[in-house]
Amino acid sequence: MNLAIEIAAHYNYWITIFLMCAGLYIVVAKSNMIKTLVGLGIFQTSVYLLYLSPGKILGGTPPILGPDKGHGDVIYANPLPHVLILTAIVVGVATLALGLALVVRINEAYGTIEEDEVVATVDREDHAE
Amino acid sequence: MVLLTLLACVVVGITRARNLFAVVVLGSAYSFLMASVMMVLDAVDVAMTEASVGAGISTVLLLGALFLTKVTEAEPRYSNTIPMIVAIGTGAMLVYGTWELPAFGIADSPVNTHVGAEYIARNYDDTHIPNIVTSVLASYRGFDTLGEVTVIFTAGIAILALLKRFRQKG
Amino acid sequence: MRMDVILRVTAKFFIPVTILFGLYVQLHGDFGPGGGFQAGVIIAAAVIFYAIVWGKDAAERVVPQWLVELLVPMGVLIYAGVGIYGIMTGGTYLDYNGLVHSPPTHDEAVHGQHWGVFLVEIGVLVTVTATMIAIFYAFAGRGKE
Repeated sequence: MNLAIEIAAHYNYWITIFLMCAGLYIVVAKSNMIKTLVGLGIFQTSVYLLYLSPGKILGGTPPILGPDKGHGDVIYANPLPHVLILTAIVVGVATLALGLALVVRINEAYGTIEEDEVVATVDREDHAE
Repeated sequence: MVLLTLLACVVVGITRARNLFAVVVLGSAYSFLMASVMMVLDAVDVAMTEASVGAGISTVLLLGALFLTKVTEAEPRYSNTIPMIVAIGTGAMLVYGTWELPAFGIADSPVNTHVGAEYIARNYDDTHIPNIVTSVLASYRGFDTLGEVTVIFTAGIAILALLKRFRQKG
Repeated sequence: MRMDVILRVTAKFFIPVTILFGLYVQLHGDFGPGGGFQAGVIIAAAVIFYAIVWGKDAAERVVPQWLVELLVPMGVLIYAGVGIYGIMTGGTYLDYNGLVHSPPTHDEAVHGQHWGVFLVEIGVLVTVTATMIAIFYAFAGRGKE
């Protein structure tokens, strides 16, 4: 019974860690660049979950003030992580767009988007000089 | 909890898919599920942003990049045991670290008591704005939002510098 | 191309409604979920939808490239300008309390906060919309020679 309560209390964090490790695995193991960027996005969204989970209060409500204007006894969710994550989401999409532009240029220059083929081509060019 | 398990399954699908178009569509489904999870966690502003940005703009940009490059992934060349060991080892260490965290959803954890409660208490007196997230974003922490707009601006001009074609007139 | 007709009719209905919804999200950001970022992305999505259905050249006649490139830094300038205006009316950088009357009583400080948040969110909307449209134009324009 104690173990079930422990699992229910920490399930959010474990799924977050699973997503983080899956994102890390995609970034490290796959050599296709677009898949690497998608894996980076998965890593970033798992970090958003990590920030938002402690901010939720059971029995609370979204942080928009009702008629009691913050002095009554309505429990609101913590607004501070929401602000930080809002900034992080938009910065994440800006990074993704820039990474995709770089992938398009690499494809035009080397004809491939696999990392090991690009590295092999660069090594061959270095040895040929 | 069901939503979180669905998230994990979609991520496993993304890892194993070889056709990049399938990867992009699964990524869009992942963003939508993440927005639903955020709604359940009472983060409505963040859910709206994640849904529009993650499932909208990200998918459009990825499809645009796929159109300009290739659509399938090549055969894996090196064996993937070492990255798998690294990922699982990191995960085990992190799970060991979360065992001591406060349980989910209690109101007097250190996260929810100091600055967060201060913002909720002072918000209506300082600025008569009911949406606390907007008032914190634009007024209490306005400097961070200025930095964020500058980051978007920088990304925009960098992409214009990388990808824009200048048409020769005449 | 019979599928084309369905897409065009649906788009003609959806795009004005989407832009209206984006404006609603922006201006009601004080009272419900919303604000500059969400509204900027929604309006950019409406323009991208138009470009997908009718082609990039038709979209560039409606939202030309020079306008997009002009609007990208304009939002950052509006935001920084509000900050400097805060210094000129006697406070610190990005201090909204003295924006309308200075030196402010408590009610005038709240009035200043409302104006400050409103202008800052407009700056965010302009930059986010223009940047998303500019990125889409850059990606779409790279394909053909």
